[in-house]
Amino acid sequence: MEIKAIGCEPLQLKRVHLENGHTLKVYQQTGGYESLKTALGMSPADIIDEVKKSALRGRGGAGFPTGMKWSFVPKDSPKPKYVVCNADESEPGSFKDRYLMERDPHSMIEGMIIAAWALGSNTGYVYTRGEYKYLIDIMDVALAEAREAGFLGKNVLGSGFDIDIHTHTGAGAYICGEETALLSSLEGFRGHPRMKPPFPAVEGLYASPTIVNNVETFTSVPQIIEMGGDAWRDLGTEKSGGTKLWSISGHVKRPGVYELPMGYADMEKFIMDDCGGMLRAEYGLKAVIPGGSSVYIMNAGQILGKNVTLDYEGLVEAGSMLGTGGMMVMDESVDVVKTTQNLTEFYKHESCGWCTPCREGTDWLVKIFTRITSGGGREEDIQLMLDLCDNIEGKSFCPLGDAAAWPIQSAIRQFPDDFKRWINNGAASNGSH
Amino acid sequence: MAAATPTSYTDQIVYTDEIADFSPEIIAEMESHLAKYPGDRKRSALIPLLMLVQRERGWIDNPGVNFLAHFLDLEVTDVWETATFYSMLNMRPVGRHHIQICKTLSCRIMGEPEITAHICSKLGIHPGETTGDSKFTVSLVECLGSCGTAPMMQIGFDYHEDLTTEKVDQILGSLD
Repeated sequence: MEIKAIGCEPLQLKRVHLENGHTLKVYQQTGGYESLKTALGMSPADIIDEVKKSALRGRGGAGFPTGMKWSFVPKDSPKPKYVVCNADESEPGSFKDRYLMERDPHSMIEGMIIAAWALGSNTGYVYTRGEYKYLIDIMDVALAEAREAGFLGKNVLGSGFDIDIHTHTGAGAYICGEETALLSSLEGFRGHPRMKPPFPAVEGLYASPTIVNNVETFTSVPQIIEMGGDAWRDLGTEKSGGTKLWSISGHVKRPGVYELPMGYADMEKFIMDDCGGMLRAEYGLKAVIPGGSSVYIMNAGQILGKNVTLDYEGLVEAGSMLGTGGMMVMDESVDVVKTTQNLTEFYKHESCGWCTPCREGTDWLVKIFTRITSGGGREEDIQLMLDLCDNIEGKSFCPLGDAAAWPIQSAIRQFPDDFKRWINNGAASNGSH
Repeated sequence: MAAATPTSYTDQIVYTDEIADFSPEIIAEMESHLAKYPGDRKRSALIPLLMLVQRERGWIDNPGVNFLAHFLDLEVTDVWETATFYSMLNMRPVGRHHIQICKTLSCRIMGEPEITAHICSKLGIHPGETTGDSKFTVSLVECLGSCGTAPMMQIGFDYHEDLTTEKVDQILGSLD
């Protein structure tokens, strides 16, 4: 598996190949915690301003502008404030945060400390999926090192500012990547999402103002303080600042984690050249899910020769979304009905059961898929699935429902022949997956 | 050699008032988790402590749940309510080695079906079952964040990636 930067100097990946890059010693030798020193000399408002200028957008999938999110935290609230790192990485196709936590945990910690200073918070939590136990162990060591060196604890670097950060484990639930479900889980409850508004920035953990950001969002913060918001933004585009980590998997020769500047041109070059092209010479490109399982699937015709730029706007224009940047590449051996069934089974399993459209709808969709791929598909099944998706999309309590509907809607739109083959012949004429 | 496949999620639970006993070292470890949260927010430690109870007792059994209810000043039903939501918390005993094979898209198209068939035929069980000697349980699970090194499985907490059938033989052979 490759881990490297293309088209830019490694920034997020600056330390991942260094020996002992996860230790405080190497982190400080390579400029670590210098941004914190700078930040402690800045006013909270100035820090938020730099983050706004940077055009950093949340790296967990939704892409909400980070500086704006931070500015929603009320300054005059008498309640304690919390900074929470969403390290629940569970989006199928996404595996970037894992390497940041494994090889450069101090970047995330430094980003969280700076955020806490800017928001007036004294407590942070890193909510990590339970399966990433080895990463929690690595982060616990890193946090202890930071505490020992005075970057955490009382009176950080003599500034009078107190902050401590703790790890917290999940126990297997995709929904806990949704920020309000994460907070329910962090309070010891089932991972059910909460009504918004109030947004977590106003009423989050323990009904107190809380900021939840993705690992890669926090690791960007020290870079922004070091370079200045404008310079960081200019690495990418005006609306999509900085660089972005892409996880790429499936039928490519060199899967891995790649750091690309936002606005990288183009998607075809990335897959066919940078990632070595298709895994097997006999099969060409059939489909790509560019941003993790929750975005629209694209067919080869939407990508090849289309100069799709890799940023938020470019992928929307091309008919999909950036999401978490978890790109899954499929060759012509794949049957899109089967792959979409696989993802629908995922959403059925991960639906928290709180609201009816998502809980019942995903179950019915799996039943219809199972009927089709058992050879009993009916002509009206396609419309039935679209109607079900229509009753989930925008009508479920949280975005998990939308995420379940979009892959199906786009698969039917972009790969009608795969569905027709099953309905008409009771089998796929190609593809075994 | 397969043990009977339980028919319901919680059918192995024997309800009892018995309260599990833990050593002072384990209690101290639990206290260290509790110390992370505000004093009036003990329930926040529930999921980390459920993971710890499972580590010590192999699964989430009723005495373990009763202990956590006492330890965290919760009702027993509060503990069950949370515990039954999360897929890593086992509501029935599992084998000494819990083999969790990722079945989601990237693993699926990169060879998961062959890996699953190989492991199941080698152990003589189906996914969801435990071998008669309680050594292995095989489960199919959703994405474990290892798509670039597919296909993969997690045994206990250990990641095993870029799997081939030969590699699987080697890994299973090394476990006692």
